[in-house]
Amino acid sequence: MNPVDVVEREYLRTDHPEFRPGDTVRVHYRIQEGDKERIQVFEGVVIRKRGGGTKSTFTVRKVSYGVGVERIFPLHSPFIEKIEVVSRGKVRRSRLYYLRERSGKSARIKERR
Amino acid sequence: MLKGIIGRKLGMTQIFDERGEAVPVTVIEAGPCAVVQIKTEEKEGYNALQLGFLPKKPSRTNKPLLGHFRRCGKGPFYVLREFRVESVEGFELGQEITVEVFKAGDYVDVTGWSKGRGFTGVMKRHGFSGAPGSHGTHEYFRHGGSIGAAADPSRTFKGKRMPGHYGNERVTVQNLKVMQVKPEENLLVVKGAVPGAVNSILIIREAKKRSGDGDG
Repeated sequence: MNPVDVVEREYLRTDHPEFRPGDTVRVHYRIQEGDKERIQVFEGVVIRKRGGGTKSTFTVRKVSYGVGVERIFPLHSPFIEKIEVVSRGKVRRSRLYYLRERSGKSARIKERR
Repeated sequence: MLKGIIGRKLGMTQIFDERGEAVPVTVIEAGPCAVVQIKTEEKEGYNALQLGFLPKKPSRTNKPLLGHFRRCGKGPFYVLREFRVESVEGFELGQEITVEVFKAGDYVDVTGWSKGRGFTGVMKRHGFSGAPGSHGTHEYFRHGGSIGAAADPSRTFKGKRMPGHYGNERVTVQNLKVMQVKPEENLLVVKGAVPGAVNSILIIREAKKRSGDGDG
């Protein structure tokens, strides 16, 4: 086994459900404010998954009060409490950047079954 | 106690520290090394240990070197490097030095040979700004500008930074924190980058300008 992978292995999280671009997920993210800690939920469409090993990240997009918000999460970050898959989407590409130019009806994603 | 070892750069990645923050790290294959020669004040004029790293076939080693290795009963090795020590007491020929001389939380200095960049312009080599991209600039974008005045002093000062060979030189990075030590795999994981390309040889020593504790 590649020695760099040996170092990464113990940091990889295996407790996340499987999800892909197009899926709608709810990310429970731990936030520290001073000594207090709370959990923030960010729900939106996964528009990208990238990287390998501990370096992999995914981007979640949602529209909040009419403003598009995208957040990039490190997939293996200990700050992620849990990821819930809300719905599975059927999309034909791995990077859903085209959603940025769309809103309303045309930004819908078909459900996968 | 010797706080040094020879290693080989294996690559970089990132891990999460105890606070959960992502930290960039370099993975180094460090040791096992063997003491090949002990240099003493009386004989050589200074105290040092010569360590060997990366075993090689005897058939690939020339006879004078084989004789040198025979004395310590180990080897032959591809790499030989010397480490100065206060006193050679407690060390014997053939003794194995492993990565366990370091522990997580230590600070180390890492020496290696930087990647060679060949003949390089002033922007890359010295961080010059170059010339403006517009406002009348004509075929003069990555130059260094004037190299001095005219009649007085009518020469260019020594040490004026100009294009030239860059890289492929010995570089030491100080005060890198040891994040992990893995004795079974002979791996050393340090925070931050180290000089050189993957598979290049590194010398890892205890940090010269810092003692064990403190964060940074």
